[in-house]
Amino acid sequence: MSDTATSDHATTTGMTHNKLAMWVFLGSECLLFGALISTYLVYRGRFASGPAPGDIFDIPFTSVSSFVLLMSSLTMVLALSAIKRGDLRNNRLWLLTTALLGSLFIGGQVYEFTTFFREGLGYTTSPFSSAFFTLTGFHGVHVSLGIIMLMSMFISSLRGSLRKEHSETVEIIGLYWHFVDIVWIFIFTVIYLVPSPTS
Amino acid sequence: MTATTTVEDVVDQPLGVYTRPTGGNGWRDWITTVDHKKIGILYGVAALFFFVVGGIEALLIRLQLATPNGTVLGADMYNQVFTMHGVTMIFLAAMPLSAAFANYLIPLQIGARDVAFPRLNALSFWAFLAGGIVLNLSWVMGGAPDGGWFGYAPNTGIVFSPSPGMDFYALGLQITGVASLMSSINLTVTVLNMRAPGMTLFRMPVFTWMMLVTQLLLVFAMPVIAVALFLLTFSRLFGARFFDPSVGGDALLWQHLFWIFGHPEVYILILPSFGIISEVIPTFSRKPIFGYPFMVFSGIAIGFMGWGVWAHHMFVSGIGPISVAAFSLSTMFIAVPTGVKILNWMATMWGGRIKFSAPMLFAVGVVSMFTIGGLSGVTHAISPADTQQTDTYYIVAHFHYVIFGGIVFGLFAGLYFWWPKVFGHMLSDGVGKVNFWVMLVGFNLTFGPMHVLGLQGMSRRIDSYSPGFGFELWNMVSTIGSFLIALSIAIFVVNVIMSAMKARGQAPCGPDPWDARSLEWLTPNPTPVHNFDEVPVVESLDEFWHRKYGTDDDGRVVRVASAEEVCEDGSAVGVHLPPPSFWPIVFASGLPFIALGLIFNLWLTVPGGLLVVMAIYAWIFEPVDDPDAAHGDHDDHEGDEAAADTIEEAPVV
Ligand code: HEM
Ligand SMILES: [Cu+2]
Repeated sequence: MSDTATSDHATTTGMTHNKLAMWVFLGSECLLFGALISTYLVYRGRFASGPAPGDIFDIPFTSVSSFVLLMSSLTMVLALSAIKRGDLRNNRLWLLTTALLGSLFIGGQVYEFTTFFREGLGYTTSPFSSAFFTLTGFHGVHVSLGIIMLMSMFISSLRGSLRKEHSETVEIIGLYWHFVDIVWIFIFTVIYLVPSPTS
Repeated sequence: MTATTTVEDVVDQPLGVYTRPTGGNGWRDWITTVDHKKIGILYGVAALFFFVVGGIEALLIRLQLATPNGTVLGADMYNQVFTMHGVTMIFLAAMPLSAAFANYLIPLQIGARDVAFPRLNALSFWAFLAGGIVLNLSWVMGGAPDGGWFGYAPNTGIVFSPSPGMDFYALGLQITGVASLMSSINLTVTVLNMRAPGMTLFRMPVFTWMMLVTQLLLVFAMPVIAVALFLLTFSRLFGARFFDPSVGGDALLWQHLFWIFGHPEVYILILPSFGIISEVIPTFSRKPIFGYPFMVFSGIAIGFMGWGVWAHHMFVSGIGPISVAAFSLSTMFIAVPTGVKILNWMATMWGGRIKFSAPMLFAVGVVSMFTIGGLSGVTHAISPADTQQTDTYYIVAHFHYVIFGGIVFGLFAGLYFWWPKVFGHMLSDGVGKVNFWVMLVGFNLTFGPMHVLGLQGMSRRIDSYSPGFGFELWNMVSTIGSFLIALSIAIFVVNVIMSAMKARGQAPCGPDPWDARSLEWLTPNPTPVHNFDEVPVVESLDEFWHRKYGTDDDGRVVRVASAEEVCEDGSAVGVHLPPPSFWPIVFASGLPFIALGLIFNLWLTVPGGLLVVMAIYAWIFEPVDDPDAAHGDHDDHEGDEAAADTIEEAPVV
């Protein structure tokens, strides 16, 4: 097949272009979240006259929604193993479950944001509030994009165009999904688990 | 190869509504092209255009500063012009001109037919252009950015910079940053994954190596400036408190984020030039590069160490004595791999039969002028000395010796060297030599005196100075020098036009005009659209040279084949290439609307967003293959199962 311009049948590393590109992209994302997390760490104690992080966080609630997100990584793995076996029905089932769990997490985040807002923590209240909403917001956008991709795959599958031979697509989007989950473990630890300053 | 579909099947495909444009040679071909060579040329043209724009801004600065109490530009206008000069030169001229070389040459040097993701490549270019347009629209939409290319917040916050200029800065650079990120991922995958058989990593030309390091630096540096720009955008547009000291916002946060990006950025700028001259110097010294592994590893070392020196830009910002000491040391160390390179270039020239054609002159210009800038860099590394130097013209002298002396000279070496490869005719070597000498004299007249001015205490970033400090003479000299540089650029433009006119109607210059060494010269000049007739099998470093030369019984190097015998003739037919696409430019055209919408009226983001979303979906569902001409555009279409497989193997015409 040497006459193709961009053949990924035989790549130098043996990994397809798409998968390699996803890995490189995720490397880049590490720095994106690294910079956002650092900003939060600098600002967690600077809440001015607004609510302090230690006063406002509802750790049990966020723990539950974090658990939901982590479970979605499990269902993502199940979706991949299903399509690898050629079990399209279960693949669809687990894709949908993953998307639903992701949406549940986003729902929890929306609920959390509105509660905080009612308690006086707006986006412009303090460096702490700006940093908190920016970091968790960026993560939320990443989860949402993941949900869109999961649902696109689900719809493709319904239309019969996501078959066993395409399991790598599921794998690549799975890489993204797991990455977003792992980032959340860091964010959850840094924001909620490390004891926060109180006013 | 078996055909599994016919053209009729494609038309029946419900998703086939998104037909792909077919090739041609008019303007439509250029805006839909996914050919890495055409994209490289587009990058080059746009970058040279912005280079002229930034150059005019530089001349305005120098006119203002030619005499004390200058009145050419007011203080406010001065701030805008010097900011846009820096932003334009770094982000819209130097980086894209390097991208031009990367795009054109990387696939050719590794023996590939295109990059890994051709459509993404086109998107990278158009998005870069969109960002450049956004930045420059600021001139007519409320004022250009005025906070310096480094954009220090809180100085660039809404309080101290109330015009929309810094919004244009933050959003424009965000767009060019995304463009750079996409292109760097693309080229990284290309180098790692698309090498011809036998092209191991340590048979890659130094140029490709330096470009690979550059792309990896971009992959990791771009997200950091993206975060900094997001914080600034959210602060200015939505009132976030990141940089508001009255509620505890940190004045150093921006500086840290910016320079964690900023120092790797200076290596992003210089490494391509290092790569270029590492091809030019061996060719014109008629010797292999001295110490190839040292060249490669010092490049990699620079790539790593570049992350550990950023706070040398903050020695007087109050970061504390321990940080200052640590960053002072690390900055001195980073000069070591750079010095290794300089010694290697000199050793390559040593004992060579050097031919001083125009590319070689520019390359030697890099080795000498960059060294001066590197040495003044080491003087800043000594933090007590830097306390005196910082924020003076001495710093301006330093970074122009590395950026102009190191990068601009290098890029010109590349232009003269690869011009026949790209356009099939040479630039006049005689005019090129004049170009070089005028530029060299002008450059040293412009920036040399700035060392003196800085040590005399003249501050940078200030729009005027009073008479009586002894600044008059050297400022005047510097302004005169800057017009000599402008003259040298004019000479280059004349050279381009005259050489093109002379070449019209004549046969191409023929293969291998320089007796070159690397794989790109295996293809005819100009490069045919399919690059290689046959994918080459690589057996050594400097593969092309080894196909021309062997050794006789006494071990002496002798010519074994002429260039005509070795080079391909470009006659292959029926090579399958990725078809062009409309969607990259459609996608990119949505971006300025989103940026302007965020600044002026959120409603504008709606058409912008719609264009982007439409382009993404059309992109995904676009038939990956033009059934008439192509095969194998297995590029960037995750989730694109529908179209991808049914048209897997289209009939070849
Ligand atoms: C031998 C290696 C180098 C060393 C030791 C070095 C050191 C330094 C130091 C310490 C500063 C900060 C001075 C101050 O603001 O007080 C500086 C500024 C700067 N350097 Fe270098 N440098 C080196 C190479 C380069 C290269 C290769 C480039 C670009 C291609 C570069 C571009 C710059 C720029 C643009 C600034 C000024 C940034 C600004 O404040 O606007 N340097 N350099
Ligand atoms: Cu630096």
